[in-house]
Parts: sequence; structure tokens; C-alpha cells
Amino acid sequence: MDISNTLDQKNGIKIVAFLCNWCSYGGADAAGTARLKQPPQVRIIRIPCSGWINPLYPLKAFNEGADGVLISGCHPGDCHYAEGNYYARRRLEVLGHFLPFMGIDPQRFRYSWISATEAQEWQALITEFTEKIRELGPIKKHVEVS
Amino acid sequence: MTIKYAYYPGCSLESLAREYNVSTRLVCQDLDIELVEIPDWNCCGAAPACQVDHMLSSALSARNLALAESFKLNVMAPCPKCFNRLKEADLEMKDNPDHLREINNLLEKPYHKGVQVKSLLQVLYQDVDRELISCRVKIPLEGLRVACYYGCMNARPADINDFQNPEDPTSMEEILAPLGAELVDYPLKTYCCGAAFGLARVDLVLRLANELLEMATLVGADVIAVACPLCQQNLDLRQLQVNARYGTRYNIPILYLTQLMGLAFGHSSKELWLDKHFVKFRKLPGATQAVSSGAR
Amino acid sequence: MRIGVFVCHCGSNIAGTVDCPRVVEAARGFPHVVYATDYTYLCAESGQDLIKTAIQEYSLDRVVVSSCSPKMHEETFRRAARQAGLNPYLVEMANIREQCSWIHSDKEAATRKAIDLVRKGVFKVSRDQELFPSFFKVNKDVLVIGGGIAGIQAALDAAQGGHRVTLVEKDQTIGGNMARLDKTFPTLDCSSCILTPRMVDVAVNESIELLAYHEVEEVKGYVGNFDVKIRRKATYVDWSKCTGCEECVGKCPARIYDKFNQGLGRTKAISLPFPQAVPKKVTIKKDFCHFFLKGKCRVCEKVCQFEAINFDDQDQIIERKVGAIVVATGYEAFDPIAYLEYGFGKYKDVITSLQYERMVSASGPTMGHIKRPSDGEEPKTIVFISCVGSRDRAKGRSYCSVACCMAMAKQAILTKEHIPDSTSYLFYIDIRAGGKGYEEFVDRAREEYGAQYVRGRVSKIYQKGKKLVVKGTDTLLGMPIEIEADLVVLAVGIAPPQDAPELAQKLNISYDQYGFFVESHPKLRPVETNTTGVFLAGACQAPMDIPASVAQGSAAAAKALGLLAKDELEASPIVASVEIKRCVGCFKCEAVCPFSAIQRQELRDGIMVSNVISTVCKGCGLCGVACPTGAIKVNGFTDEQILAEMEALLL
Repeated sequence: MDISNTLDQKNGIKIVAFLCNWCSYGGADAAGTARLKQPPQVRIIRIPCSGWINPLYPLKAFNEGADGVLISGCHPGDCHYAEGNYYARRRLEVLGHFLPFMGIDPQRFRYSWISATEAQEWQALITEFTEKIRELGPIKKHVEVS
Repeated sequence: MTIKYAYYPGCSLESLAREYNVSTRLVCQDLDIELVEIPDWNCCGAAPACQVDHMLSSALSARNLALAESFKLNVMAPCPKCFNRLKEADLEMKDNPDHLREINNLLEKPYHKGVQVKSLLQVLYQDVDRELISCRVKIPLEGLRVACYYGCMNARPADINDFQNPEDPTSMEEILAPLGAELVDYPLKTYCCGAAFGLARVDLVLRLANELLEMATLVGADVIAVACPLCQQNLDLRQLQVNARYGTRYNIPILYLTQLMGLAFGHSSKELWLDKHFVKFRKLPGATQAVSSGAR
Repeated sequence: MRIGVFVCHCGSNIAGTVDCPRVVEAARGFPHVVYATDYTYLCAESGQDLIKTAIQEYSLDRVVVSSCSPKMHEETFRRAARQAGLNPYLVEMANIREQCSWIHSDKEAATRKAIDLVRKGVFKVSRDQELFPSFFKVNKDVLVIGGGIAGIQAALDAAQGGHRVTLVEKDQTIGGNMARLDKTFPTLDCSSCILTPRMVDVAVNESIELLAYHEVEEVKGYVGNFDVKIRRKATYVDWSKCTGCEECVGKCPARIYDKFNQGLGRTKAISLPFPQAVPKKVTIKKDFCHFFLKGKCRVCEKVCQFEAINFDDQDQIIERKVGAIVVATGYEAFDPIAYLEYGFGKYKDVITSLQYERMVSASGPTMGHIKRPSDGEEPKTIVFISCVGSRDRAKGRSYCSVACCMAMAKQAILTKEHIPDSTSYLFYIDIRAGGKGYEEFVDRAREEYGAQYVRGRVSKIYQKGKKLVVKGTDTLLGMPIEIEADLVVLAVGIAPPQDAPELAQKLNISYDQYGFFVESHPKLRPVETNTTGVFLAGACQAPMDIPASVAQGSAAAAKALGLLAKDELEASPIVASVEIKRCVGCFKCEAVCPFSAIQRQELRDGIMVSNVISTVCKGCGLCGVACPTGAIKVNGFTDEQILAEMEALLL
């Protein structure tokens, strides 16, 4: 049996989302409980805190073929671990600026703050982000040399 | 520094509210606001068009906006219904790309969302320094008790008139304050004057007009200031009818705010077309002189 | 390695959108999977038994449960694994309900997503390590923040359970908003008659330390071991000497806004909020005191026989160690100034329901006489308006404040009792009378007391002579309605205190868009928060009335007692650990750790390396990102595990 991923066969794009356990993962759960329909191209990885994100993870995800990477944590000031998202904000902001250098369109990368009660905001965010990635199309793995 | 606007008079200001047009131009000139009338402007798409065909109504507005856009100017409309219609069409096109595409298919010259729409009230309130208004006053309106009446369209809907509180707007009071007049608290300032039912339900119009005039009398207003052709017409024209129906003896002049400003800026009542109103304004500022003849 | 995969149908919740047998079929093809099956309800006893049996029968050493959110049932399935002899941390969940079946309608896409999520779980679980919790000692004391009826109840219950309780109240007396009420619905009990005995119980209880006029400054630590700093606000009165005789109050020349009476009437710069205050001690409000403002007066000092006045008093920080915290900070009445159409603040005779409550109260500023604030006359026509600051999206308050419909009915009854020839008109959207005896109470207001209910919103209030004209719509008649009223009472909604987010941040708990604190689970864990050891009681969590607040106060106390019944607690093993071989002793981890969980440890020859105090670490992983050599990692969320998850998704 083929164990390979089924994502790109029909929908064409793959989005990996890293959500902090306390706010954004809860927000995504709340969106589910409220039955808020969302595009099916997003796959969520649960992490303890957005401050836990090593900038190499999104890069690794792009390298392995993700067409979009989304990271979401608690709103600044509301971090479950007091200050994790402040670190995240600085690191991810810098990362965004470096992406073009690595040949990745920075529009494919997004970080945001969604609290556990913001189900509708979560729905709006991933609907909009998926639409954006769909517009950009699948990521090209290697830059063609002309 | 001169502020420049694309000026959209609309049909009312060409006909029944010519004095609003004239006084607006005079006052804007005094306040260093340059008005460039949109060449070959057409109907804003209000009343009949927007009842029948939303697309047509929006396209009519959009054509005016596209014309203004070619001059790289924002639009100013004194008539609140024109302002509402133009701004609503503008917001919808800015909000919905599909809608914009459809509209542009109907237009000769496409609209690129590059215009902002403001009402006269908004421009006077936001763009003009209150000090400048004070500087221009030659004859302070001392002793004149003014009730500011907005009606429905100068305060609502809230997302169109987003520069002031829809429940208790105060822009007109703030604009008129430097003129030296006494501004009375007029609780019915956002009530309906009934103009929309002018033909279908005269009884209703008279009832509403009566309430408004009664309240103005109660708060001791000498004059009601308005910023809408229909409010002006309705309260002015129907005062005799109201008096006949309810046995009242109202005699309250209904003036455009620009007419009051014009008087304070030293323009003559003739320049400001004060004569055109049915209820004559006799209490000229600074003196007790009667305005022209024309007593009924 | 032998992995078992269990796919839950959750009735039709999952199976309705996800083809579960197909997910099972796909799972059987994943590496190391030796067993896969589906079942209708895995969380049911029979479902858990199925997992336990399979672990033993097929010698499974890893388990993936594909069902709801781990926030819902991770604990359940870990417990089941432990009962079957498997280390509970070798269980992973794939969230195919909240994040799959419930948000998609395309069965094909949802099934494929579910397969991906299960593969992600399988890849992660194969990198899982056995983890073992550590244990730590528990401090048995309880901190209660807020001395309203919910906090009072929680404090009394916790004290009765044998614990020492510290009750912190920011005002100078406990009692909260309930102390402001005259009567309570639906029994018309006198509010102070049932509240004051409770307040006195707090004062005389030897297990309760009452810290009135104090505020929580800082909270550090974790469940069982919270370190709390509390600010004692300067009272300028030595409370050990003050007897509450109020001699000073009578002589004080500074008349100021009366917060307790909601601005009806005035109080003094040195004052007691109300006669039954607990503790019955006066304070000086520095901002209004003539001595502090102008440098002279000191009249209170002269008249005090007990020499209790101390103008040199200063704020102080005191520290307490507690094991559990109950948050009961209550609510503030919504400020109706936002409703310009109602003219609150402009017309004196438009007042709030809480002001009306003070007016009706015999101990209030008007001695229980209902009077128009403008001219002191007795009103005959009174209009009540509901949902001021509730159920109004335009004002950013979408929620129902729960208590106002009933409070309005109560006030209509009280009005009729005070002024028999009066008429009350009550504008409402819906009458929400869900509670024991509530609907009957509204019926009584209508039938026995002649309350005139008008279904509709008020659009405008304005003054006309001495009367207030209330314009609105009767939506049942479909007609505009106009009432000339003598007094208008706005039934203001329940709003969280403005500083609620600040406190939430100190406690590391969540709050919603309005500022209400967020519970762990809206149905099953209503008084717990996401921070273990912090519990919620009363209206700080959501709008609620007195019976509900009292119930929650007791519930929060019971939860705290349950937690503190153990001498030792289990610390989650999902914490950071250091691989000593790779640590170079740069201590970047120490610099970023928000919990001071990093300790320097000396190896031979004075080489210093990091060490994690596992009971202090909360497992946020900030250290892991800061570490330049990859020596420090969070168990259960290691690089290897996350990369495996990514690999599974992007294969």
C-alpha cells in the first residue's frame, strides 16, 4: 500500500500550520466545535508555544515541499508561558525578511495571533491564507537556470 | 493652503435648492476650498434608480467617481442623499472586486477606486480649521438662537457617516459655533422630517413636521439650520400647511448652514438667495434690520 | 516496534464525514503498524477496553488514537494505556473531529486529511520515549481573589475544608456588587439580610485572613506552589486602632463621588462605604483629602480618639505562598455613556439600574425614597429599558447579561410597592427568565403589580419640559410608541472589570474578547482554567446571577479542596531536559526561561552546565530554540518528533 501523502493529488497545495497548544490550537478546536467550514488543505501540528518554533522548522517544511507555512500563537501579552510569543514575534518577523534570499516568496509564510475563543478569526485566517497560497500555486522546488 | 475638491452638486442643487449651491460656493471660496465642478456629471443614482436596479444606480454613481478620478480629486457632495449614494457605491466597489468588474463593463471610462467621497458637512468639519472660520466672521450672529437639524441622511447609516456619532451628531454645531450664534440643544436633531412621503402620505409629513417645529419652538430656536435640500423644503414649504392643520402659528425660518455662514461672513441676503424661502428670515445679525420686503 | 491504530467514529460526528474503514485500511500500511481498527465510541468504557485488550493481545508498544481533540480525551486514553501496562506517554492522538470531520463537508477530502493526520500520529509515536512524572510537595493554603458573594462562598467553603485561606479584596470592604442591591429575585429576600451574616462569618473565621484594600501584584510559581505578592494599599488609617465609629467622617470637609452608591449622593474623603462594611474600618482617599491636596486640615486626626490616623502610611508589598487560587473578581456595571441616544449623563433623570437599586434601598442616599435626581420629586411614570450594553453588536456587546431581565422585573415590583399610584413600562427584546421560580416571578410582576411590558427597543430619549420623552417601537403592535416618563432606568449589562486582562496576564489564564476569563471546558470543566491550580468563580467568568455565583464559588472551592487533598502532586514529564554531553555552558537557556527553571550545575573540574528543575519547568521550549548546540529539548516535542510529523505530512 502506498503510504505517500494524498494532499497534492487533487487540491494541489499543502499548507502546514504550527499552532500553540494553549491559544491557537484551542481556537482551531473551537472553530471545529462551532462547525465553521474551512478549506481542507491545512494540516496542523500542535506545539507547546509559538516561542518554541525554531525558524529552521518552517524552512524545513518549505524544503520538503510545503506550499505555505502558518504559525499562530497567543496574542502578545497573553502567552501561557508569559513571554514566549514575544520571542516568536521577533524571530518570525526576521525570518520573513530572509525568505526571499532563500528563493521563497514571503507571502507563503504567515504568523498570527489567535486566541482560544477566536474561532471565527481562525476560520477567516486560514480561508484567506489558503486562497492566497492557491493563487500563488505549488512551490517550485528548484529555481530553473536559464 | 487651498483644499481642492471635485464638486458634485446633484440635481437638487440645480433646481429647488439653488440657494444651497450658491451659498456653498460662496462659503467655500471664503474658506479657501477650491471646488471643481465635475464636468458632465450625471444623476447620482438615488431615489428612482436605486429602487429599481441596484446595478444601474451604482453605475451612475461610478461614472461620476471615474470622472472625478481623472482629475485626481476627492469628491464633495452637499446633498446628503447624493453623498450617501456615491459613497455607498464607492465602498461596494472597493469591497467587492467582482462588483467593480461588472460596473466597469458598463462604463466608458473605468473606475480605479482612487477617490474618496465626503459630504459638505464632513469637509467643513474635518478639513477646515475652526480658527479660520472665526477669522472670516465679519458680522457675528450674536443673539441668534440656532437649532441644528440633521435629519436622517446627515447622520446615518453609521458606516457611511462614519465621522460622527449617528445617535448624537455634533458636526454642524461645531462648524457653526465660531459664528457667535447661540446653539440650542435640539433633541430631535436626527428625526425624520417625512420628506420621503411627501406625495404619498401628506398626513404623516405634517405630523412629523409639526413635531419638529414644536420642539424647535420649545427650545426657543429663532432659526433651524439644515444641510439637506429635502429637510429645508419640507419644513419651509409645509409650515403654512402645518399651521392650518394643527392650528399652530409657527414662523421659523429654515436656513442652510452655508447661508448662516455666508451671513456671518458678510455676504448680503441677496447674494445668499434668502428671499427664496417661504418663511422669511428677518432677524439679521448685528442689527434689527428687516430683510428685504416680501412679508406675506 | 509494534504500533496500534484506533479510529473512532464518534457516532456520526466523525463517521458522517470521514470514511473510517478506509482510514483503518490506510493505517495498516503505515510503518510499524501491526494492528488497526475502528469503533463507534472509543472514549466509552467498551472502547477503552478494546484498546486495553488490543495492547495486551497484540503486544502493542505504541498507540495512536484517532478521534477528537487531545484537549478533550488525551488524559482518558493515556490512563487506559497505563492500565494496560503501557507507558502513557507512548500514546498520541490524531484530531480528526474538531480539525477534520466537523469543518469539512467533502467526504473524500476529509477522509484523505484524516489519513494524513493518522500518518502524522504514527510517525510521531514511533519517536516517542517512555516518560515518567516526578512528584512535588503541595502547599495547602488557598488564595481567593475578590470578596463578592462568589469569593466569600469559596473562602468559607475552603476554610471549612480545613485550609487556611487568604481573601484579597481591592475595595475597603467585602460584599461586592451584591451589597449594593436592595432585594434579590425571585424571593424578594433583602440582599443585605442574607449577605451581611456571610460577611461577618468571613471576618470571624480564624482560618481566613481577610486582606481588604489589597490587590494582587504578582503571581509566580505553579500549582501547589504559588508565590503571590500582594499590595496593601495605603489607607492612612491604622486599622488595628480604628473602631469604625465614623466620628471623623462627620467632620471631614471633602465631599467626593460616592462609588458605593454609584454616584448618587456624595461621600467624604475619609469614609466607610456602608454601615455594615466588613472590615468596618475607614480609609482616606488621598486624591481628594484636603490635607494631601492643600497641606492643611487634619481634622480627622484631631477628632479621632484612638489616634488611628496616620498620614505617613505607605503602600506595602506582602508575600504569601499558596497551593491553589480561586479568582472571583466579579463584574462592573456597563457604562451606558456609550448610548448617546439615551442621554445618560446629559439628563439627570436617566439613571442606571444599579443607581436605582441604591435609591430603593433603605440604607441608600435617599433613605429608600424614590426621587427624581433632578428635582427630588416622586416619579409616577417610570420607564425601564433592558439590554443596555447587552445583546447589542453595534456596541460591541453581543452577549446576554443574564440577570437584568429578572432585576428589571424585581425593580418594577419594588417601584409599585414604594409608589402605589405609579406605572412602570418595561421595554424588552425577550424576557429571559430561565431559572427556578423566575418565570413565575415575571408573571407576578405583570399580573399583580401591573408592570407594562413593551416589546421593542427605545430609539431616543429627550427632555421635554420636566418630562423625558421615550420614543421606541412596540414590535408586537408594529407601531411607534412614545411615553412621557418622569424617570428612566437603564438595565445596564454585566461587564468584566476593566483591569481583568491585566489580572489574567498575572495569572497566566485566558480571557475572551470582552474580558471574561476562559474556563477549561465550557461544559465539563466550568470552574477550572488552563492553568492548573487556578479556578474561577462568579461573574468574572461569564455574566451570572447570585445563585449561580454562589454555586460556582462552592464548586471552585471543592475543586481546590480536591487538588489539595493530596500531599504530593504529579508533575507532567513534558518538560525540558539537558543532554549534558552537548551542553557548552553558555546559559542562553537560563536567560530566556520565563520560570527560572534552569539551574547551573557543576561537573568535575569546575565545568558548568545547565540543569532543568523539572518541577518548575512548564515545557514551553523557549530554551530549546535558544540553545546553540541542541543540547536542551522538551520531552514529547523533540526536534525528531516534529520533523517526523512534518515528514509524514509532506511525504
